[in-house]
Amino acid sequence: MSVTFLGMPATRPFPRNAARAVRDSQLRFNLRKATRTIRAKRASVVAEAPDWAELREAGRAIKEHTLRNLDKYLVQLEESVTAAGGHVHWAADAAEANRIVADLVKATGETEVVKVKSMATQEIGLNEALLAQGITAYETDLAELIVQLGDDRPSHILVPAIHRNRAEIREIFAEHMSGWGRPAPEDLTDDPAALAEAARLHLRERFLKTKVAISGANFAIAETGTMVVLESEGNGRMCLTLPRTLISVVGIEKVLPTWRDLEVFLQLLPRSSTGERMNPYTSMWTGAAEGQEFHLVLLDNGRTGVLADEVGRQALRCIRCSACLNVCPVYERTGGHAYGSVYPGPIGAILTPQLRGMGSELDRSLPYASSLCGACYEVCPVAIDIPSVLVELRARAPHPWAERAGMAAAGWVLERSGRLARMQRAGGRLRRLVPRRLPGPLGGWTDTRDLPKVPEESFREWWDRTDGGRR
Amino acid sequence: MRVALFVTCVNDTLFPGTGRAVVRLLRRLGVEVDFPRAQTCCGQMHANTGYREEAVRLARRSVAALRGYDAVVVPSGSCAAMIREQYPKLAGPSGPFADAVAHVASKTYELTEFLIDVLGTTDVGAYFPHRVTYHPTCHSLRGIRLGDRPLTLLRQVKGLELVPLPGAEECCGFGGTFALKNADVSAAMCADKVRAVLDTGAEVLCAADNSCLMHIGGMLGRQKSGVRVMHLAEILCSTEAVGVR
Amino acid sequence: MSSRDLILARVRRALAGVPDVEITRGYRGPAEDRPSAERIRLFEERVRDYRAVVHVLEEAEVAGRVARLLGGRGAHRVVVPAGFPSGWLDAAGVEVLADDPPLSAAELDAVDGVLTTCAVAIAETGTIVLDTGPGQGRRALTLVPDYHLCVVRAAQIVAGVPDAVARLDPKRPLTWISGPSATSDIELNRVEGVHGPRSLEVLIVT
Repeated sequence: MSVTFLGMPATRPFPRNAARAVRDSQLRFNLRKATRTIRAKRASVVAEAPDWAELREAGRAIKEHTLRNLDKYLVQLEESVTAAGGHVHWAADAAEANRIVADLVKATGETEVVKVKSMATQEIGLNEALLAQGITAYETDLAELIVQLGDDRPSHILVPAIHRNRAEIREIFAEHMSGWGRPAPEDLTDDPAALAEAARLHLRERFLKTKVAISGANFAIAETGTMVVLESEGNGRMCLTLPRTLISVVGIEKVLPTWRDLEVFLQLLPRSSTGERMNPYTSMWTGAAEGQEFHLVLLDNGRTGVLADEVGRQALRCIRCSACLNVCPVYERTGGHAYGSVYPGPIGAILTPQLRGMGSELDRSLPYASSLCGACYEVCPVAIDIPSVLVELRARAPHPWAERAGMAAAGWVLERSGRLARMQRAGGRLRRLVPRRLPGPLGGWTDTRDLPKVPEESFREWWDRTDGGRR
Repeated sequence: MRVALFVTCVNDTLFPGTGRAVVRLLRRLGVEVDFPRAQTCCGQMHANTGYREEAVRLARRSVAALRGYDAVVVPSGSCAAMIREQYPKLAGPSGPFADAVAHVASKTYELTEFLIDVLGTTDVGAYFPHRVTYHPTCHSLRGIRLGDRPLTLLRQVKGLELVPLPGAEECCGFGGTFALKNADVSAAMCADKVRAVLDTGAEVLCAADNSCLMHIGGMLGRQKSGVRVMHLAEILCSTEAVGVR
Repeated sequence: MSSRDLILARVRRALAGVPDVEITRGYRGPAEDRPSAERIRLFEERVRDYRAVVHVLEEAEVAGRVARLLGGRGAHRVVVPAGFPSGWLDAAGVEVLADDPPLSAAELDAVDGVLTTCAVAIAETGTIVLDTGPGQGRRALTLVPDYHLCVVRAAQIVAGVPDAVARLDPKRPLTWISGPSATSDIELNRVEGVHGPRSLEVLIVT
């Protein structure tokens, strides 16, 4: 079976990527500032909703029920979209989705498209695939624009340029905007308002003249055929409204059964992702709205494989809010690039190895990119038990032999209390011989931390000697 | 009431003072504990590192050792979470082992739960005249949800000045083998925790888990900070008569 | 086998023997009561939180206020979709474009603003929803101009999101607007004003 493509090649294992990121003090500073800002905002708007627990439970159950009946709802969605004048295409993998989109664009005679931020199209590497067919895709979300102009990679689900601070963004705009269209103003400062204004001017003309747009969708309603896109800047509305042709690439797990279900997700998603009561703009359209030509491309790309997994399938409930990234202490210190996938952070650590398999060293290392602190599970608006899935994936990943030997030895000792007692007595006698720095992988501890002093007497020896302290 | 102490392998081997403190504290409160000699380790390290077979063997042995008691007291939020949250997953939905797990899990209490929920006491008569800060630890906080039980107990300790720990709910970066497999990230997390502890000006950092304390204390020690780490049980065990440890 | 059949077959194989789950909707549903003064105040406060400008006034004051607001901005040409109460424009003294025949995107980019009504408004989230009905026009009208003035009648203000979902017709194109266009892409701090209207002004008619 071919390996599912996820937007970037699987390279070095996570710990090596992470070690480099941890030493990048600018990156650490940017991430710390951004994640702490958003954490506080999310916490305050979630605390404001008196029925958050009930919304979360309903969100979990609706998604679970949808996945359980996914075949039915996908067929219903297809019927509804078609009845409303849209066209539905099915793509089994990234290559097929890219081919379908490229052919649709070519059929319009256009060579330029504008894009709304979309995880699905990043996952399949659509921009690169279109370029190979002579079609230029212009990213219009501010953060995506920063990434595209900087020839960079996204590092966050919601804010792909979270690793960049305002000064770096100013540099990128000043240097690269001219290569893609209207140059940045000569006197551009690093004031966020000035940077947003520069993006507005840079993209304005492009929005008004481009004839084809490509988007993803946050939700697709089976009952009505309605597509839903949440955004902030208005670039989404520009792309969804002005062009003559709209192509939406949507993962099959994005379907929701009924219109009413939105009453849950339109509360869960904005509060979890940007920490707002509601995001500035949400667009909903059904089929060929206002005379537009509409194509829906339903994408599998490994999702049905995840669906087959009893424990792992809950990852498909994900609504891409990124609350788990923002709260994760590991993500906060490594950033998204260390995860080697368009899906970074805790959700990426369970989604990527499931979608791509654990053939590479990187993908095998991802389930271990967590201290299992549980913060991700606590904030997840659809209650994905990420720590449990991580542990499950760890049990399936092949282990290095030295670790296997160590774990087997520890298991052997711990299997009999007598063996443990003998080890403890030996440890007590040899306790002065423990070196300050340990060799091999254990050195990771002693590089920065002292070892605890081994006691003369273990608890069980004390218990036996004193009859539980009674003597 | 027959009460078993599940001391945990880390406390048994490296921090026997914590186990002794639990025994003395409970005796002072009129509870005699039993130490089932067959116990070793709950299996968390194996389970969380992906060695399920070994973990199941250790879970079976722990459940067998702890069966038949009215209560099992664990001076570790993490190991209590292992028994209550993870054992049922390892045991599967049904069968004799699942039944035994359900029984033992329902009787298992972390120390502060046992003191407050079972014994109904918040003042254990302790005396500890020091400035103390408390780190909640992830598995105590989000796993078994100890809530403010430890703080409630600490507030009743005579002479103790409790200072809040900034960013208390954040992980210290221990995470079992995470500290070795992702040593750089783990150390970075620990460094932030250490800074927060030092910012409080506390003399003592306490927690309901010695593994996290071993991690943070290892860095506090390496930095020669002078801040001591102590398990909560050892503070609660201290009295004017006995003194510390 | 087509990709459609392949995907559906994979889905069915993956789900064989998997039990269904029950959906419990224990959260607050539609309130369905009449808007109270408190709800209007909440809506006003929540819209203002997004840094939109809000005015609460009576029907008789609308025309005068519209004229003053447009005059204050120096607006000369505004788009007003069919169905917008013409009386509200009586005092304005500006050139009114009706979008009939439809204006091009470039023409919309050149106007000074757009005036609309809305389909429903949500107090708890400070959201107005447009459904392209009378007084609202097609979606581009409230997108390309830099200034959007929206008149909301108090009776249109519902309590929360479930009320709005229950009232709206998904067959119509819908635009949910919560404050002016904004971005949080730079250091996750919110900055108002990117591609959509940078100024949103809401008139609540009591």
